[in-house]
Amino acid sequence: MSTYQEFIQQNEDRDGVRFSWNLWPSSRLEATRLVVPVSCLFTPLKERPNLPPVQYEPVMCSRANCKAVLNPLCQVDFKAKIWACNFCFQRNPFPPSYAGISEVNQPAELMPQFSTIEYIVQHGPSAPLIFLYVVDTCLEEEDLQALKESLQMSLSLLPPNALVGLITFGRMVQVHELTCEGIAKSYVFRGTKDLSSKQIQEMLGLTKPAAPGQQGRPVAPQEAAASCRFLQPVHRVDMNLTDLLGELQRDPWPVPQGKRPLRSTGVALSVAVGLLEGAFPNTGARVMLFIGGPPTQGPGMVVGDELKTPIRSWHDIQKDNARHLKKATKYYEALANRSAVNGHSVDIYACALDQTGLLEMKCLSNLTGGHIVMGDSFNTSLFKQTFQRVFSKDYNGDFRMAFGGNLEVKTSRELKVCGAIGPCVSLHSKGPSVSENEMGIGGTNQWKLCSLDPSTTLGVYFEVVNQHNAPVPQGGRGAIQFVTQYQHSNTQRRIRVTTIARNWADAQSQIQHIESSFDQEAAAVLMARLGVFRAESEEGPDVLRWLDRQLIRLCQKFGQFNKDDPTSFRLSESLSLYPQFMFHLRRSPFLQVFNNSPDESSYYRHHFVRQDLTQSLIMIQPILYSYSFHGPPEPVLLDSSSILPDRILLMDTFFQLVIYHGETIAQWRKAGYQEMPEYENFKQLLQAPLDDAQEILQTRFPMPRYIDTEHGGSQARFLLSKVNPSQTHNNLYAWGQETGAPILTDDVSLQVFMDHLKKLAVSSSA
Amino acid sequence: MSQQGYVAAPPYSQAQPGIGGYQGGFGAPPAQPLYGHYGGPPQGFNAPPAAGMMKSPPTSPAAMPPPPVSSQYNPSVQQNGAHPQRYASPSAASPPYGQPSHSVYNSMASPAPPTQQLANQMSAMNLGSYGKSHPPPPTSSAAQQHFQTPAPAMGQPQMHSAPAPHMASQNQMSPPQSPLTNMPASGQLMGGQSMTGPPMGAGPPMGGQSMTGPPMAGMNRPFPGPPPSGQGAFQQHGTGPTAPSGYPQQSGQFGGLMSGPQPGMPGAFPGSPGGLAGPPQKKLDPDSIPSTTQVIEDDKARLGGQVFSTNIRGQVPPLVTTDFTVQDQGNASPRFIRCTTYSLPCTAELAKQCQVPLASIIKPFAKLPKNETPLYVVNHGETGPIRCNRCKAYMCPYMQFIDGGRRYQCSFCNCVNEVPVFYFQHLDHMGRRVDFYERPELSLGSYEFVATLDYCKNNKPPNPPAYIFMIDVSYTNIKSGLVKLVCDELKTLLEKLPREDGAEASAIKVGFVTYNKVLHFYNVKSALAQPQMMVVSDIAEMFVPLLDGFLVNYQDSRAVIYNLLDQIPDMFADTNESETVFAPVIQAGVEAFKAAECSGKLFIFHSSMPTAEAPGKLKNRDDKKLVNTDKEKTLFQPQKGVYEQLSKDCVAQGCCVDLFLFPSQYLDLASMADVPSHTGGSVYKYNNFQVATDGEHFLRDLRKDLQKSLGFDAVMRVRTSTGFRATDFFGAIYMNNTTDVEMAAVDCDKAVTVEFKHDDALSEELGAFMQCALLYTTISGQRRLRIHNLSLNCTSQLSEMYKCCETDSLINFFAKSAYRAILNQPVKNVRDILVNQTAHMLACYRKNCASPSAASQLILPDSMKVFPVYMNSLMKTAPLVGSTELSTDDRAHQRLSVMAMGVEDSQLQLYPRLIPLHDVDASGEAVPAPVRCSEERLSDSGLFLLENGHAIFLWLGQASPPDLIQSLFNVPSLAHLQQEHMFTLPELDNPLSKKVRGIISELLEKRPNSMKLQIVRQRDKPEMLFRQLLVEDKGLHGGASYMDFLCYVHREIRQLLT
Repeated sequence: MSTYQEFIQQNEDRDGVRFSWNLWPSSRLEATRLVVPVSCLFTPLKERPNLPPVQYEPVMCSRANCKAVLNPLCQVDFKAKIWACNFCFQRNPFPPSYAGISEVNQPAELMPQFSTIEYIVQHGPSAPLIFLYVVDTCLEEEDLQALKESLQMSLSLLPPNALVGLITFGRMVQVHELTCEGIAKSYVFRGTKDLSSKQIQEMLGLTKPAAPGQQGRPVAPQEAAASCRFLQPVHRVDMNLTDLLGELQRDPWPVPQGKRPLRSTGVALSVAVGLLEGAFPNTGARVMLFIGGPPTQGPGMVVGDELKTPIRSWHDIQKDNARHLKKATKYYEALANRSAVNGHSVDIYACALDQTGLLEMKCLSNLTGGHIVMGDSFNTSLFKQTFQRVFSKDYNGDFRMAFGGNLEVKTSRELKVCGAIGPCVSLHSKGPSVSENEMGIGGTNQWKLCSLDPSTTLGVYFEVVNQHNAPVPQGGRGAIQFVTQYQHSNTQRRIRVTTIARNWADAQSQIQHIESSFDQEAAAVLMARLGVFRAESEEGPDVLRWLDRQLIRLCQKFGQFNKDDPTSFRLSESLSLYPQFMFHLRRSPFLQVFNNSPDESSYYRHHFVRQDLTQSLIMIQPILYSYSFHGPPEPVLLDSSSILPDRILLMDTFFQLVIYHGETIAQWRKAGYQEMPEYENFKQLLQAPLDDAQEILQTRFPMPRYIDTEHGGSQARFLLSKVNPSQTHNNLYAWGQETGAPILTDDVSLQVFMDHLKKLAVSSSA
Repeated sequence: MSQQGYVAAPPYSQAQPGIGGYQGGFGAPPAQPLYGHYGGPPQGFNAPPAAGMMKSPPTSPAAMPPPPVSSQYNPSVQQNGAHPQRYASPSAASPPYGQPSHSVYNSMASPAPPTQQLANQMSAMNLGSYGKSHPPPPTSSAAQQHFQTPAPAMGQPQMHSAPAPHMASQNQMSPPQSPLTNMPASGQLMGGQSMTGPPMGAGPPMGGQSMTGPPMAGMNRPFPGPPPSGQGAFQQHGTGPTAPSGYPQQSGQFGGLMSGPQPGMPGAFPGSPGGLAGPPQKKLDPDSIPSTTQVIEDDKARLGGQVFSTNIRGQVPPLVTTDFTVQDQGNASPRFIRCTTYSLPCTAELAKQCQVPLASIIKPFAKLPKNETPLYVVNHGETGPIRCNRCKAYMCPYMQFIDGGRRYQCSFCNCVNEVPVFYFQHLDHMGRRVDFYERPELSLGSYEFVATLDYCKNNKPPNPPAYIFMIDVSYTNIKSGLVKLVCDELKTLLEKLPREDGAEASAIKVGFVTYNKVLHFYNVKSALAQPQMMVVSDIAEMFVPLLDGFLVNYQDSRAVIYNLLDQIPDMFADTNESETVFAPVIQAGVEAFKAAECSGKLFIFHSSMPTAEAPGKLKNRDDKKLVNTDKEKTLFQPQKGVYEQLSKDCVAQGCCVDLFLFPSQYLDLASMADVPSHTGGSVYKYNNFQVATDGEHFLRDLRKDLQKSLGFDAVMRVRTSTGFRATDFFGAIYMNNTTDVEMAAVDCDKAVTVEFKHDDALSEELGAFMQCALLYTTISGQRRLRIHNLSLNCTSQLSEMYKCCETDSLINFFAKSAYRAILNQPVKNVRDILVNQTAHMLACYRKNCASPSAASQLILPDSMKVFPVYMNSLMKTAPLVGSTELSTDDRAHQRLSVMAMGVEDSQLQLYPRLIPLHDVDASGEAVPAPVRCSEERLSDSGLFLLENGHAIFLWLGQASPPDLIQSLFNVPSLAHLQQEHMFTLPELDNPLSKKVRGIISELLEKRPNSMKLQIVRQRDKPEMLFRQLLVEDKGLHGGASYMDFLCYVHREIRQLLT
C-alpha cells in the first residue's frame, strides 16, 4: 500500500467509489471545517469483468431498520455460526444454507476482495425490456428519412423478446398498434388536450375489468404484455414495425408561412407515460423521444407557432419574459415524476438547429436516468452513432443499461446521508442514517434510478455526526454500504452490494494525514456537482460566489502562508490542482450561461451530473494534446500559450473534439504537401490527431461534436473559448509575440485568478 | 297557417275532438258556438293570404265557364246523387232549379257571371246536362278560357274540339244521362251524381237535383226510402227555391249518412233531432264524391304530352302527375317552382278573408327530363352578375330597360339602375334589348350565373366537395351483414359518383370512417400499399386525425380503397361492442371538411341509439303515454343542445348529413335526424334490417342517394316585388336570420316551401314577381348562382284567385306547416286547425264566389275539388294521427321526410297509387290506370299494386286466379306462397310476370326513394300495412273516411255560412 494515488485508483477500480476524503475527520465540527464535505462519487454499475455475480441471495441483518448485507467487514463467529452487523452491531445467525461455513470455507461476500459483490435474485418475475419510441414527424424529409433508418436499424439491435412500441406525433399524436395484419392501425390523440392517465388508458382500451388493488406490484407482466397491443416483442412485430417506420410520413398538416409546425410533444409524452403506466407499472422501460423542434401546442408548449416569436433565451428567462417556461416545466416535471414512480425512463434525442425545449423537458431525463442527446440533425453521424451506442453491449453481450435501479445507502453510526446528486429521484425513505442537512436530493437514504448504465455516477454526500467530545476509538473505521437493486438488461433482478470503510482521523492531531488523503479530483467534481445543483435553482452569480467562498475557505484551511502575504501562499501537492479545476469550472458552461442557449446549458448540466469522474473532469477542464514534428504527442496546458503555428492541437471537452491546425500547419495543408510522397511525415502528422480523436469518438457517449479547424477558422472559437486566456489583447505586448495566440477576451486568466485567490486566502480579514 | 297561427288559434279542441272524434263533435250540440269564432274573423289563424291558384282549367267543367267554377256539394247528397249542379250565374240559377238538370246547363251557358259553380261531384250531372243543353255555350266558354290561359297549347284546344262531351272531360258529360253507371266510371262521382242521374228529371230543387229525392233511392240501394225524419233540418238549410219534396230525401240521406258510420253525427244537426240517428244507411256511393284519380286522369288526358310554355304571367301549370314538356319562356318551370295559387289576392284583407295560404314550393335542383334544356350558365366575368343596387335582385326578364337602354328599372324594388357599360345594348322598337334572345338572363325564367370570388367563403374558390362514408361497425351491424353489404356495394358505387356533364371523372373526393364507441379514420392515400386506420377515442372533443390521405380521389386510390373495403368487415368480425356514439361522428365529418376546406356530404350507416358516454348521448324517452296529450309534442322535438349546435356547425361548413338507420328498436329518431333535417340531408330507416329481405331495398336507396345531382353549401334568398314578401320557410334547411335559407346541400328532390304575406296592396296590372336566387357550389367545386324567376297575377276577385289555386301545392304547404306545428302544440289542436281552415277556405268560396244555392249543397271550387281527400289523408298520416300503435320513430321519420318534400312527392304520399293488375294487358305498353284508394275498389279475385313513394305493395286477393299466381310466382296457388316469396317477384319468363316486374321496376326507377316491395295476401296480417295506405277509408289508427270527412267539412261550412 503505497501512495494515496494508488489507493484511490484501486478503490475506484474495485468498488467504483471515489471519496473526497479518504480519512474521515472524527467529529462533526472538524468535518465542517474541512469545507469539502465527506462525500463520494459512486458508480453503482461500474463494469467489473472480473466480478461474476453469485447465484444466491444476500444474507441480511435481521434488524428491521438495518437490513445491511453481510460483508467482509463483519465480524464472524464461525463456531457459533453467527455474524455481527458492522452497522448496527446486531448479532445474526447464518441461514441454514451457510451451515458449512468455516474459516477456510468462507462465502464470497466475506472475502476482502469482494467488497463489491453482485447477487442474482432468483425469485420474482423477470420483466422484458421495453422500448417505446416516441417520434416527432414534423421533420424535414431528409431528417425523417435518416431517423427512420436509425430506428429500423435499432430494431435489429434489440433482443428478440424485448417489447417495442411506437408513438408518432406532429399536430396529432398517434399510438400505433403493432399486431395488426393487413391494415396499419393507430390510436390518435389531439395534440392540444391534456389527458389524465386514466383517460389515456381508457381511450387506448387498456382498462380491463381487471381486479383493482394490485397497484404497486408488477402485475404479471407476461399477461399484461399479451393484453397490450401497443407493446409487442420485437421478434413478433419486427417486419410490421419496419414497414410501419418505412411508411412513416412527415406530419401532413400544412404549415403556413411564418409558422412553426404544430408539435404536440407534451401530449405525446403524456400518452407514452400513460400507456406504460397502465400496461407495465414498476417494470423497467425506456421511452425514447425523438424531436426535431420545440413543442408548439398543447400542454408542455414551449413556444407558440408564430415564427416571429423566438424561443426563450437566457435573457428572456432572466427578464421573466418566457411565458410558457413555468407552465411547461411544471408539466414535464409532473410527467417525469409519474414516470419515475413506475420506473420508466425517458430519453430525449433532440436534433435541430434551434432550441427544442430541453430546458423545460430536461427533468424527464434527469429524474428518470434517461439520456439526452442534442444534435443539429438526425442525418448526422453524431446522432446516428450516438443512438447506436445506446444499444452497445458489454463483454457478456448484454446491453450496457439497467432498469428500475434502487440505491440504498447504509452508514455506520458516525455518519449520516445528506443527499445524492445524479440521475435519480428520492424514494423518501426515512431511516436512522438520514441527515436533516440536505445536500442535493436529500431526506432519504434510498433513491430510484429508473435507468442506469455502467458509467452512471452519483455524488453522495455525507455528514459526520459524531460529536467532538465522543471520540472514535483509535483504529475505528467508518463504513458505508451501497445496496443497488436493479433489473439487468438480460432481465434478471440483481443486487450489487458495495461495502467500504475508511479510517477515522482526529482532525486536530492528524490534519496532515487528512490533507494527504484528499482526493482533489473527486472533490472538484463533487463540489462542481453541488454548484451545478444549486445553479438549477439559484442565480448564476450567487453560485459562483458560493463556489469562490468554498475555495477560499479551503485554501485558508490547508494553505501554508503568512498572514497578508500572498506570495508566501503554498498548497500541498494533494490540493495543488484544485484551484485550477475551480478556475475552469467557473468558466464552464455548467455555471456560465453566457453564449449558451438555455437548452445547451440544460444539456451540459444533464451530462455533468451523471458521468463518472474522469469524464466529469474532462468537462471541467478540457484536455489539450499537442502534435508536432518536435516530438511525440504530448498533453499541454489548456492555455493560449499552447496555441502555436507549427502545432496541431486536439482538444477534448467531452462535448466537442476539436482538432486545431496551427497557422503554419494549416498553410502547409492548404498547399497540399501531405499529398506529396516526400512529405509523408507531414501526412502522418496530420493523421495522428485524427486517429486519436477517432479513438475517443469510439468510446464516448454521447458522441462529441467533431470539429476540424485551423488557425483563423471560424470554428477555432471552440478552442479559444476554452483555453486559459493567458495572452489577451490587453497583455499581448507584455508577453511578447513569439509564443501563443492572444485571445480577445476580458475574462480573467488563471494567473489573475490565482493571484486574487492568494490575496484573499491570506487576508486576515477574510 | 303559420306557426303562430297555430299557437294563437283558439282551442277548438273541446268542441271538436278532431277527426277521430267526429262523433263526439257531432254529437255535442255545443259545438256550434265554438265554431262561431271561426265563421267570424279568422284572426285566430293568422290566415295566410290566400294564394289563388288556378288550375289550368283541367276539369272541363271548370273550363267551360270563364269564371271560376265551384262545385257544389250537397252534403246530404252523398247519397242522393242529387247533386245538382248549378252553374248558375246568379240569374240563371233560379231556373235551373226549377228545371231538372237542364236548367243547370243553362246556367252554364250564360257565362255572364264570372263565378260559376260547379258542383264538383255533381259535375257529372252537370256535365251531362251540359252536353244537352249547351252545345252552343261551350264555345263561349272556351273563349273565356282563352282569356284565362292564353297559352295556346293548353286545355283549350281540347275544349274546342269536343265541345260538350269534353267538358265532360270528366266524361260524365256525354253519358250524363246514363245515371249510375256512368257516374262511377267517370269518376266524377259524387255519390250524388249517380243518384242524380235519374233524379235529374225529377226536378231538383236544391242544390240540386240531388234533392230529387226519389231517384236517390234508386241509386243507392241502401237508402231505399228516404227517411223523412231529416227533412226538417234540411229545410232549414235549404234555400228558398228548393222544392220541398226534395228535402225530405236529402235529409233522409243525410241522416242515413251520419247515422251509419257515425251514430253521433245526427245529433249535431240542429234541425234534425234524434230522428236522424236511427236510419242505418250504411253506405253512400263512394263514386259520388270527387275522385283524385279522376282528376289526375283528366288532367293527363287534357295536357299530357303537351308543351307548357312559361311565357304568360300567372299561368297555372298542369298537375304534377301529368307528363308534359316545359318550354322556358321567361318564367321558371313548374318543376322548379309551384305555387298554391297563381293569382295572388291584391290585398291582405282579401287574403285573410279566404284563408288560402300563399306559398311557393321551390325545388331549385329539380331534375329536368332529357328533352328539356338544362340551365344556361351566364358568365359576366370578374364583375359578376348584374344586380339591382338597392334590393340586390339579379338581372332577369322582368327588369325594364329605359332611357334607350342606358338604365333599367328593377321590377322588385323599382329602383332605377345604370346599365354597366359592358352590358349596354340598344333597345328595339318594342323597348326590348336587341340582345334579348341572346342572353338567358333576359329571356329565361331559370339560368345560372358563374359566381365571382366575392361569393365564396373567405374569398377563396371552393375546393371540390367530398363524400365521407361513416359506417357503424357495432355488433348489430356486423351481425346483420350490413357492413359487408355496404362495403361491397361501395366498390362499384363509387365509380358512379355524380360528375359534371362531360367530365371524365367525378371531382368529388371520398373518405371512410368506421365507428362504434370510438371512431376509426382511414388513410387511403394512393401511395400507400395498404390503408392505415387511425382510431380516435377522444369522443368528447372530436377532431380529424389526418388530412392528407383521408379525403382522396377515388380513381387514384382505388386499389387502397378496395383493400380497405375488403378488410373492414373482417376487421370487426369478432366485435362485441354494442355501444355507439353519434354526435361525434357528425362532428368528425364537419371537422374533416373544415380541415380540407371543402363542403360535402356524410353518409352515415347507423344501427342503434347512441348510448355510449359522449356528447349527444341519447336515452330512451319514448313514452306512449304521452300520445294524445299536450306533451305529445315532446316526442317530435329533438334533444336540445349538442345536436342544435351540430346543425349549426354543419351548415356553416356545408356539411350535409344523410342518415341510414337500421334500428331494431326505438332510437330517438327525432334527435338523431335533427342534423340531417337541417342540412338538406335525408333519413332512411330500415327496421329490423335483414340483408335477405331489405338488402336490395337499401342498396337502391343508397345508389339513388349517392348519385343524386346536388349543390353544396347553398344559400337561398327569395326576393319579391313590392307588396308581399316571403315570411316563412319549410324544408330541410337552416335559418340563421329571417331571409337567408341555408342548406348544407340541396339535391334534386329537396324542396323548400315558402310562405308569403302581404306588405301592401298588389296591383292587378303589374302582377307580382318572385326571384329565387341560390348560391351554391357545384359538384366540381364551382361557385354558382342559380336563379329562378316567376311572375304571378294579382286579382281583387276571390273567384279568380280560387280558380288559380293548385291543390297539390296547397296540400304540400299544409302538410309542412302542420308537421311543424306539432312540435309546439298538441296534435289534436293541429288537426282541428286543419279542418277549420279547410272549412273556412271552402266556405269563403261558397260565400263569395259561388252563386247562391241551397245551403245544404256542398260547393267546391273546381281547383280544390279533391282538396278534402288530401286533407283528410294528411290528418290520417302517422305524425298527426295520435295512435299508440304507431312507433314514435316512424312518426318522427315521416314528419321529417315530408318537411323536405316537393309537390310530386307529397301528392303521392297523401294519395297513393292503387293500380289494378289482374286484368292488365300483358302485351301492351300501358300501365293500368290507378283506381281510388279504397277498400271498395279491391276485389277478392284481384291483384293490386299500391305505392306511395315509400312503400310498394302487391296485394293478392283471396280468390286470385291460380293462373295469375302461377305466372307471377311459379307456384300453383296462393296457399303455396312461402315467406321467401313475400319480398320479391321471381324472374319468370312469361308476359304477365315481365309486365308486372316491368311496372314495379319502372316505379322504383321513377321515385326518388327506393320502395320495399311487400307482397301481401288478403286477410294476412301484413295486410294491415297495406290498408293503412287506402286513404279514402277509415284510418286503421283513427281518422275518418273520405266520405265522413266530407260530410263533416260540409257541416262546418254551413255553420260558417250562417
